[in-house]
Amino acid sequence: MNALLSLVAVIVLILIAFIGIKVASLHFLFGVVIPYAAIATFLIGVIYRVVKWGRTPVPFRIPTTCGQQKSLPWIKQSKLDNPSSTSGVIGRMLLEVFLFRSLFSNTKFELKEGPKIAYGSTKWLWLGGLAFHWSFFVVLVRHVRLFTEPVPSFLHSIEVLDGFLQVGALGVLISGVVLLLAVTYLFLRRVFIPEVRYISLAADYFPLFLIMSVALSGILMRYFLRVDLVSIKELTMGLASFSVAVSLEKISVIFYIHLFLVSALFAYIPFSKIMHMGGVFLSPTRNLANNSRMERHINPWNYPVKVHTYEEYEDDFREIMKDAGIPVEKE
Amino acid sequence: MYDGGKIIVGLIIFVGLVTFPILYNMGKPAAMPELKLNTPEIQQLQEKHCVESKEYMRANHMQLLNDWRDWAVRDGKRVYVNSEGKHFTISLQDTCMHCHSNKKEFCDRCHTYANVKPYCWSCHLAPKEKET
Ligand code: HEC
Ligand code: HEC
Ligand code: HEC
Repeated sequence: MNALLSLVAVIVLILIAFIGIKVASLHFLFGVVIPYAAIATFLIGVIYRVVKWGRTPVPFRIPTTCGQQKSLPWIKQSKLDNPSSTSGVIGRMLLEVFLFRSLFSNTKFELKEGPKIAYGSTKWLWLGGLAFHWSFFVVLVRHVRLFTEPVPSFLHSIEVLDGFLQVGALGVLISGVVLLLAVTYLFLRRVFIPEVRYISLAADYFPLFLIMSVALSGILMRYFLRVDLVSIKELTMGLASFSVAVSLEKISVIFYIHLFLVSALFAYIPFSKIMHMGGVFLSPTRNLANNSRMERHINPWNYPVKVHTYEEYEDDFREIMKDAGIPVEKE
Repeated sequence: MYDGGKIIVGLIIFVGLVTFPILYNMGKPAAMPELKLNTPEIQQLQEKHCVESKEYMRANHMQLLNDWRDWAVRDGKRVYVNSEGKHFTISLQDTCMHCHSNKKEFCDRCHTYANVKPYCWSCHLAPKEKET
């Protein structure tokens, strides 16, 4: 049901773009206004959410339990899983951000005859996630050629590596294909694994379908329907320099569908789970060193407590205490 | 903000990356480069037509070349009949580059703009041109 709803939402988006261009001829709206609005929403929304997270007090260090913390000298510390220093935290963050280390530890347990419990590792989510994020990143970087003139030369090297299979003229780029396969895997995983299906919401399916449709429309455009790329670059360069001069009617509708889906994706990011791209940096279980035993951390919301020390008490009552024969510290 | 310094540095990097195209181009819209169609061969033509319509060529010339290659090399078919019934010899060097003998001012200009460098010319001969 959730999946169906999300699929319908994406189809509606595609229809909006199709009708907007084919029937209503709103080229300027779909080619210029909506992309700008989407990028503005994206930028402002992401900053707003990150600042809001930044204002949330972080209480004590949250030690994750997946590794041995620093303890007695003869007990081996797990320095990356449970770091006690800043460099350890940086190591943990780098591994998390670039290699998704916490997904690597994903395990699965089975009840075998006996009854015995067997723990095995499942690396499929990790592999799928890695393939998905990295191919998405390469695809994103490749698009920079449409927004720069002269194009930085490293972009061509990426494209040569990406297209080294040299299939066809306008060779197949591996990243786009991997992206589509990986996002499809991530979707099927939600549908076919009952536990995962049970916890999947529309907000889980919608981004998957949206990204799937973006990849699909891009692949259609590049290999099958073919578009006038030079005019498209004139449009994208115009967008990047705030002066669109190209005649927008020249560009075919599949490009506007692709652009609208991408705009929808960007505008949706601040409202969605995709914010984990900023959130991973702000995860207390990842970015705080476990040094609670070495340093005193004070709760940020502790208000200053009014105290009346014994010295002050004695100052107040010294004479009376002496008269009563009670020993005092200062004469 | 807690750890405000670090978060703000992160946000500045983020904004810098997203607005990179704007910063890189500094408000200069780069229009498509001018393509030269003034080769002697094209000037001799009565009607200045490509193999197919201009719009079709623009979007599909790589596909057309790919088909030409397959037809010629795999099927031995060396004549192409276009949508208007005109006949062309299937050849990159002798047909395309015969008319577009100014590769540097035609093919290359567009390709530099689009950041593609077809690898065809490591085998096929490019037309002889004076250095520009
Ligand atoms: C109007 C601009 C333009 C002109 C003129 C042009 N091309 Fe292209 N060509 C392109 C674009 C744009 C691409 C790549 C599209 C993409 O990357 O999506 C391309 C791609 C190609 C490819 C496939 C490249 C690859 O990496 O597989 C070949 C081959 C090619 N062109 C040959 C030629 C030849 C030969 C000429 C000259 C006779 C020529 N083109 C003239 C715009 C042009
Ligand atoms: C008979 C000469 C001739 C041959 C052969 C020829 N072209 Fe053309 N080509 C032209 C002319 C003339 C134009 C300009 C068409 C126009 O402006 O309507 C043109 C336009 C083009 C364009 C579009 C340029 C633009 O401004 O968008 C491309 C791309 C192109 N040719 C590639 C090729 C390729 C690739 C081949 C080989 C498959 C080829 N041409 C073969 C004469 C030729
Ligand atoms: C490894 C060397 C090599 C590369 C690279 C190469 N070709 Fe070829 N090509 C050949 C050979 C060999 C033939 C066969 C020539 C013949 O039978 O007349 C051929 C034939 C062709 C033909 C048909 C016949 C003719 O005379 O043109 C076309 C069209 C063609 N190639 C296009 C391309 C295009 C487009 C590219 C770049 C995307 C390319 N080729 C890259 C070697 C190469």
